Amino acid sequence: MVPFAGWEMPVQYSGIVEEHKAVRNAVGVFDISHMGQFLVSGKNAEAFLNRTLTNDVSKLHPGQGHYTLLLNEKGGVVDDLIAYRTSEKEFLLVVNASRIDADWAHFQKQTKAEEDVMMANASDFTAGFAVQGPRSRKVFQNLFQGEAPYPEKNTILITMTESGPMWLCGTGYTGEEGFEFFVPVQKSVSWFRCILDAVKAEGGVPCGLGARDTLRLEMGYPLYGNDLSEERTPLQAGLGFFVAMGKAEFTGREILSLQKANGLPDKLAAFRMIGTAPPPRPHYPVAHEGHNVGEVCSGTQSPSLSVGIGMVYLPPSIATLGNQIEIEVRGRKFPAEIVKKPFYHKT
Amino acid sequence: MSNIPDQLRYRDSHEWIDPTQDPAPVGITDHAQAELTDVVFVDLPKVGTVVSAGQQVCVIESVKAASDIYAPVSGEIVAVNEALNSEPGLINTAPYAGGHIFKIKPSNVAEIDKLMTPEAYAAHIG
Repeated sequence: MVPFAGWEMPVQYSGIVEEHKAVRNAVGVFDISHMGQFLVSGKNAEAFLNRTLTNDVSKLHPGQGHYTLLLNEKGGVVDDLIAYRTSEKEFLLVVNASRIDADWAHFQKQTKAEEDVMMANASDFTAGFAVQGPRSRKVFQNLFQGEAPYPEKNTILITMTESGPMWLCGTGYTGEEGFEFFVPVQKSVSWFRCILDAVKAEGGVPCGLGARDTLRLEMGYPLYGNDLSEERTPLQAGLGFFVAMGKAEFTGREILSLQKANGLPDKLAAFRMIGTAPPPRPHYPVAHEGHNVGEVCSGTQSPSLSVGIGMVYLPPSIATLGNQIEIEVRGRKFPAEIVKKPFYHKT
Repeated sequence: MSNIPDQLRYRDSHEWIDPTQDPAPVGITDHAQAELTDVVFVDLPKVGTVVSAGQQVCVIESVKAASDIYAPVSGEIVAVNEALNSEPGLINTAPYAGGHIFKIKPSNVAEIDKLMTPEAYAAHIG
């Protein structure tokens, strides 16, 4: 168990590689109760979220969700999150556990007294689970016995069960098919037991933070705190796809426009180790042609590819595909190559 | 239950040494490999290095973490297990047989008696 954003969380249950492979080949369940949930509602909820978040929530129909970013005035990333539209005037935001307080403050700061927007923080009352892997649908069928429809990719539905209301979401952080759902915290233990039985029946296992990290990194998904921070913009992080520059003014937009016009000071590049090497890990120094050029943000041994993979912010001139860099591990330099994301492709 | 062979002596940091052999092989215990899981790289020490008991000698990398390995006794490292370069997973599959890390020529045999017996180590890992 390790401390994580005020929670005690397991790094692994049976082993990172075993859990990782279960998710790639069968199914696994993650306890994501640490994650935060905000409810945003009111006549001006859409306008408020479009002013504070980078993606265009007006594009979401009720029942749809998308990945988006909350920025500070300098265009730095306060958090990355999923915004779901649950009805015309209601939204659910699922945010990182470590950023709940910072996010809340950022949203509150941007409310206007005359605007009809209500925000509620449901994080403390909500437990959540992510079922991920090719057998997720079977687990869902076992679990809900036809009482709820399977949430397709990037959709949300709200339903009621014996143990209270439930948000069912077609999202995840592994690159595999799957669903996530949130329930009242009082029922979390009984829910976890039920899910675990359904997951095990499909040859799956419970998964910890370790496998969550290796799975998301194989997909090139950024992790807040490693790859995202208030110091860098989503354009530098390679997340321009989730920034709707075409919509009206939003916080941080000015800096993003300037970066678009003038170029990026650095950008997040993906690399893989060449030959036999120790796994790259966060904060290891990175060199190019003998000069220190940065440090590893995310890094691990990819269980699917059996090779070290990672991400690092580099000047655009160095961050070109095929370029060679060096990762310094305990004073020794090991070669690595700049590659495309994702690292892992489903066969 | 993890395997704790009788003829070995143990450090609280989960290294084992086989004092019945000369030079004495050193590795990590079955308990330690199960905790680490999935060893993917072993940074072997240099042959000829002279170390003192408790000194950090090398590093084992699993997917989970990088773990320091300490010398159970003082002496000279006279051989390393080159097989671990191509097959680091030997530490998981054969922690005592094929998965030893290096061999050491102890310079002070009395230090071996200060290490844990199998019974003491079993109690240590609970």
